Amino acid sequence: MTLNVLEQIAALLLGLALLLGFVRLLIGPTAQDRVVSADTLSVIVTSGLVGMAAWLGNIIYLDVALVYGALAFVGIVAIARAIEGGHQ
Amino acid sequence: MRLVADLFLLAGALFAFLAALGLIRMPDVYNRIQAGTKAATLGVIAVLIGVGFLYPHWWAKLLCIAGFVLFTSPVGSSTIARAIYLAGVRPWKNEARGEESS
Repeated sequence: MTLNVLEQIAALLLGLALLLGFVRLLIGPTAQDRVVSADTLSVIVTSGLVGMAAWLGNIIYLDVALVYGALAFVGIVAIARAIEGGHQ
Repeated sequence: MRLVADLFLLAGALFAFLAALGLIRMPDVYNRIQAGTKAATLGVIAVLIGVGFLYPHWWAKLLCIAGFVLFTSPVGSSTIARAIYLAGVRPWKNEARGEESS
């Protein structure tokens, strides 16, 4: 389907959100900031994939969004356990 | 029907943008966790409702994605917060406010 003005503004806002998240991912002072930014970016990319499914009119992108969310969750939990460090 | 869907999509994209803005503007990693997680979760739920208004016969998969996001986003953020706390990061205090509170 063709996008009207409101949907173009929504796509622009999603792109700006991705850009700001990548800025925090690049300049984050510590590893914890980067993990938090990656978590938020995965949720934003999931909503972007759902919007892409609506834009292209193809239901297969909803499966892509679901699998992307599952793999991002597993990756975030693995990185969080890795930066936790050893306890004494 | 398309106008309602567009309003939901616009609200979802706005909340996603506010989540990313909170990632930039918040002073501490704990504040960044709550800004990013809650606003981004509300944004993706609003986007899912908007797409559900656009394509009403996709409701089953949209409901699956909504339940999955509502389950994994708090679990992931609390796991990150626990890892950060166990790694020894202390919460942020506002030093510009002076000594009157302590």
